[in-house]
Amino acid sequence: METIVALLSGFLVALAVWLMLSGNLLRFLFGLLLLSNGINLAILAAGRLTAGSPPLLGAGGALPAAQMANALPQALLLTAIVIGFGLFAFALALTIHAYRTFGHLDVDRMRLAEPQPPGPKAK
Amino acid sequence: MVWLLVLPILIPFATAALAFVAPRRIAARWVSVAGSTAALAAAVALLANVLQNGVIAGQIGGWAAPFGITLVADYLAAAMVFITALIGLAVAIWAMAEIGPTSTRHGYHTLFQALLGGVTGAFLTGDLFNLYVWFEVMLIASFGLLVISGRKAAIDGAVKYVTLNLISTVLFLGAAGLLYGATGTLNMADLHLAVSRTANPERLTVIAMMLMVAFGLKAAVFPLFFWLPAAYHTPHYAVSAVFAGLLTKVGVYALLRVFTLVFPHDMGALADILLWSALLTMVTGVLGAAAQSDFRKILSFHIVSQIGYMLLGLALATPLALMGAVFYLLHHIIVKANLFLIAGVAQRLTGGSDLGAIGGLYRSAPLLAALFLIPAFSLAGFPPLSGFWAKFVIVRAALDLQAWLIAAVALLVGLLTIFSMTKIWAEAFWKPHPDGRTPTFARLNKRERAHMLAPITVLGALTVGIGLFPAPFLAFATTGADQLLNPAAYLEAVLGPQQAASGQP
Repeated sequence: METIVALLSGFLVALAVWLMLSGNLLRFLFGLLLLSNGINLAILAAGRLTAGSPPLLGAGGALPAAQMANALPQALLLTAIVIGFGLFAFALALTIHAYRTFGHLDVDRMRLAEPQPPGPKAK
Repeated sequence: MVWLLVLPILIPFATAALAFVAPRRIAARWVSVAGSTAALAAAVALLANVLQNGVIAGQIGGWAAPFGITLVADYLAAAMVFITALIGLAVAIWAMAEIGPTSTRHGYHTLFQALLGGVTGAFLTGDLFNLYVWFEVMLIASFGLLVISGRKAAIDGAVKYVTLNLISTVLFLGAAGLLYGATGTLNMADLHLAVSRTANPERLTVIAMMLMVAFGLKAAVFPLFFWLPAAYHTPHYAVSAVFAGLLTKVGVYALLRVFTLVFPHDMGALADILLWSALLTMVTGVLGAAAQSDFRKILSFHIVSQIGYMLLGLALATPLALMGAVFYLLHHIIVKANLFLIAGVAQRLTGGSDLGAIGGLYRSAPLLAALFLIPAFSLAGFPPLSGFWAKFVIVRAALDLQAWLIAAVALLVGLLTIFSMTKIWAEAFWKPHPDGRTPTFARLNKRERAHMLAPITVLGALTVGIGLFPAPFLAFATTGADQLLNPAAYLEAVLGPQQAASGQP
């Protein structure tokens, strides 16, 4: 089980890197989304997977007879997903704003903050 | 005791909420200043308590150490919280003269206070995952502040800042998750014990490397610093002052904390990587500064080069070098924020920040020239200012190790810093204004003049004060570095006496 999740996580990260290298801001964002999901899966796997046993106590706080899943990685994941969602929403809004400002999403052509020096043969 | 640790975090967030609902724009500014004053008082109380009692720790929610949310303040953390509150107050006052109604309406003061709260939380937390959460709080506030001026260049800078910082936090999150998988804990004091017990050190090296890259990106270390000069000169001056003073230092602080507390034992190849990237950070930063011709861009590149000195202190890892890193960290926050505030005043007087298009400040505003010289010389390392002692300690530590090359590079970079500072001096202060303008303080009304000059004067006086009477500050940094190297007191404060002792190898 862990092996499958680890492979899936690695696949997502690889895909994310490929998308993020494209130079287009929107593709970069989707890559980032995949990357954070790949990392989330890795955290889940790092906390040991115990299929079919929820991290819940029985009535009155009794421990379940069968094994119990580790609740901590799940709590970490929940936090990370919420934070990641907020940041992604901001990044998406920024992308829309950048598109309205520049008319394109090619990061190599966004050079307002660091204009290229006017070289002797600059076109 | 716990209240002392909670208040410096709580007050900025309460202020942020109040500033958000404050009825009128004028009110929001005063709420911000009042909140910053209260935060400074809380930080002073915390610092006084730490000076008296040593390391103090508190468990939020009452869960015992490795399970609950831990807040810890040792010398370094308490001092960082104090300086954060100090810079927060200085910039809040200064911002009253710069931040207009539009930015206020868009929530400038709320974001600013949330940023201060996030930074303070990052300094006080004793838990790696909570550090991640505070980083995110800090980031989302800084994203907002970066674009709030609405300038086109700010959008461009923000794109680079946002993308690279998001990568860094995702990397940090991944490292934290893997570290939990490897050791079963995320509490930093508990990690100190768990890491020395672990059976599989190779795995930890990978995780340590991931953390180094994540924090290195945040601290703007070679070769990961390119987002900083792209972004730091685009927002409001008040924003870039607080970014320059505090944000990169959180990365340095995290590096100091993690590589003394969590991974204390021989870092092996990592130490070499840290050393080389520190040297290259210093050199590339200062060369970048020498090549620029914009007031704020030169200052931005200087941040990069100065970060190198702090890392050098960590990489050399002797008690003296670490003391130098702590001292440098604290001194640089004051100096750098001050320089950006002065750049802001210069922009208001002369109408720009491009060095070719401004000038004449020395003749018509000699007071500003004098105030500029203090932090500029301090940054370059002139005696008797605070920067001299910071550089002196680092160079001395390198000489003690007989690392002549490292000492030579550190001195050379200091020389080049002076060179790029003289460029600002010659262009912005010495030569006449190209438009024939005389940039006097008359361009500011009385209220603005007071709000802008008071923080600059106080920060400048602090720089001079630290430089003239360095002994208590150096002693403080020595104790702070000692606490980093021998975390026994830290462990005992967090985990309690028995557990800390039984876990010792």
